[in-house]
Amino acid sequence: MQSSAVNESQVVIDSQQESGHHGHPDHRMFGIILFLISDSMTFLGFFTAFLIYRAIMPVWPPEGTPELELLVPIINTVVLVASSFVMHKGQVALKKNDIKGLQLWFGITAVMGVAFLLGQSYEYFNAEFGLTTNLFASCFYALTGFHGLHVTVGVLLILSVLWRSRTEGHYSSSSHFGVEAAEIYWHFVDVIWLVLFILVYLLQMS
Amino acid sequence: MEQVHPQRKWQDYFGFSTDHKVIGVQYLVTAFFFYLVGGAMAEVMRTELATPDPDLVQPEFYNQLMTMHGSIMLFLWIIPAGAAFANYLIPLMIGTDDMAFPRLNAIAFWIIPPGGIFFLCSFFVGAPQAGWTSYPPLSLVSGVWGEEIWILSVLLLGLSSMLGAFNFVTTILKMRMPDMDIHSMPLFCWSMLATSALVILGTPVLAAALILLSFDLIAGTAFFNPAGGGDPIVYQHMFWFYSHPAVYIMVLPFFGVISEVLPVHARKPIFGYRAIAYSGLAISFLGLIVWAHHMFSSGTPGWLRMFFMATTMIIAVPTGIKVFSWCATIWGGKISLNSSMLFALGFLSSFLIGGLSGVMVASVPFDLHVHDTYFVVAHFHYVLFGGSVFALFAGVYHWFPKMSGKMVNETLGRIHFILTFVGFNLTFLPMHPLGLQGMNRRIALYDPKFQAMNELVTIGSYILAVSTFPFLINIFWSLWKGKKAPRNPWRALTLEWQTSSPPIIENFEEEPVLWAGPYDYGIDTESVDGDEEVDDMLAEVAGSS
Ligand code: HEM
Ligand SMILES: [Cu+2]
Repeated sequence: MQSSAVNESQVVIDSQQESGHHGHPDHRMFGIILFLISDSMTFLGFFTAFLIYRAIMPVWPPEGTPELELLVPIINTVVLVASSFVMHKGQVALKKNDIKGLQLWFGITAVMGVAFLLGQSYEYFNAEFGLTTNLFASCFYALTGFHGLHVTVGVLLILSVLWRSRTEGHYSSSSHFGVEAAEIYWHFVDVIWLVLFILVYLLQMS
Repeated sequence: MEQVHPQRKWQDYFGFSTDHKVIGVQYLVTAFFFYLVGGAMAEVMRTELATPDPDLVQPEFYNQLMTMHGSIMLFLWIIPAGAAFANYLIPLMIGTDDMAFPRLNAIAFWIIPPGGIFFLCSFFVGAPQAGWTSYPPLSLVSGVWGEEIWILSVLLLGLSSMLGAFNFVTTILKMRMPDMDIHSMPLFCWSMLATSALVILGTPVLAAALILLSFDLIAGTAFFNPAGGGDPIVYQHMFWFYSHPAVYIMVLPFFGVISEVLPVHARKPIFGYRAIAYSGLAISFLGLIVWAHHMFSSGTPGWLRMFFMATTMIIAVPTGIKVFSWCATIWGGKISLNSSMLFALGFLSSFLIGGLSGVMVASVPFDLHVHDTYFVVAHFHYVLFGGSVFALFAGVYHWFPKMSGKMVNETLGRIHFILTFVGFNLTFLPMHPLGLQGMNRRIALYDPKFQAMNELVTIGSYILAVSTFPFLINIFWSLWKGKKAPRNPWRALTLEWQTSSPPIIENFEEEPVLWAGPYDYGIDTESVDGDEEVDDMLAEVAGSS
């Protein structure tokens, strides 16, 4: 008898966790914000290391570093910034209970994210330096690579929102945590890119 | 008649559970296991150091033991043990039924056992030898795979500690019971806020450093390798940006434990509630701007040394505020010298010594003299062992009845305390003069003139080893045959004592009642009467005294 009571309440507890927590307000957004604060500290670590190198090395970028090609990264920047606005339209659509709109705008965002990643790969394949060429090259790949990883995760988040939105009633104007989480993450990745673009590309121009 | 409420079965403690109490116990037991592992390594080191020559183990193996001991004690014992108390206590103390994210919480725990075992597996490929700090270039030239396992394990354990911190902050800020404002929550919760802030801000920077170190190790980059044009000092900055705050991550939770234990067993209100609460936050903030005091001898320019010396010494102020408040709390109290209180007093005295030697090494000229000597080893064992571990045991004795529903044996508890206290001081006190006279740390051999004192230290470390036996026997015996614990054996006021021991699955049979502040001992609370339930509790807390 006793043990079945335990099992039952275990089941109840587990099913309640699926949707936030019973009766409690949903704190997941707060958790996501804490996570983003934390994640931004990782980038802060990378960026600071980069700036220190820049400050203490007698020649920066080190002798023999080829000029960076700016065309692709500029296009990428435009694509990524624009995608943030596109994505926001999706969220606005959801607030009006327009699931089709959500799917349309999030779909476009995902395509733009993939375009960004393709541009990044193009750059990697055509760069005139490799990971170990010199300190600048290593920083270049580490920073853009770590950011690219974030973009990839972002695209996956968007795709999973799209996947779930096929279920009737999964998202609605009153239930939209997944959508908002994906969106705030995407904006975050976007802002990080702007800083990275300035540090790694623009500051290198002489 | 007591209503029948669902209780956990013992099997639940061995599987995946999202109950914060189960997770808390799982953390504590796992961490204690690693404490024994790390302790055994220390005993081998001490046996080696009983004689000046490296005759028991090869010097390389000594380096591996030293590295593994330090890393295990920090990342697998003290930090998870802090999370253990946080998991167990926060929801109970704030009168709610679980953490904000129970599943995330379980995941955070379940990263630890595989992470720890993976870490120990590094012995099969040649364990890391570069110390728990893993400074390059040393860490780049002393075996690739051991070092890489060290990096991956620390990344995993860091992730676990971050997931925990998200949970603690969200739970404390968002899930307190309706009548509990932030200034009437127990001080342990405050200390966990301060701790978690450091975890959230510091750990990612360590992760960044370790990712770059990993590139250097595996992919042949040279971020930190001077041979390829990199700079090892950048690693040191990034490492200590996390690792100085980490020493507060390792001690603040236990400050919280002490703030809970002292008032209860001295039957007095805590002295300076707000001072203790906010000094914790001040320590966190200052803790983020002192890191380069570990780099006084790394070619840090003079003006920067001055800055870090000043900020470091300023930390002594909020820390001192806490110590004075604790002393004032027990001053004139009706102290019962049970095991919990004894360990708390042991904490106060040892932490005081560790804090004072901390101020000494914060001073640049002094530090240049004792850097990399046993004075530093003495200092950090006084804060980590004398501070954190003593407070941890105080907490274990205090909350064991709540966690297990059984009382501990006080005689064994006191024997445990005396052995620990004597062994601890015998082990680490002589390290101060040894260091001042120039005995270097992190090396298996030393000048024969230090031998006598080292023998003493080794004997002390054996007493410490022996001291764990009365503890283990006590725990197992009490679990098996111990007296059944009432819901509130210490007549304490925080909410975890308002539910059964151990608490039922969702913590409280009915909404807990905030009928007094968490530390209102000896204060006239009869003015709130009229409520039968409150009268019952008053009677319970007034108890036999
Ligand atoms: C069982 C009692 C203990 C003994 C006998 C002991 C002994 C030692 C010894 C001999 C060393 C190496 C000194 C050297 O060669 O430089 C050491 C290092 C260290 N210990 Fe302990 N220790 C004990 C407990 C602890 C505890 C409880 C902690 C932390 C919570 C701790 C943290 C450390 C750290 C961080 C290092 C530095 C490792 C490094 O240099 O990288 N120890 N300890
Ligand atoms: Cu420090």
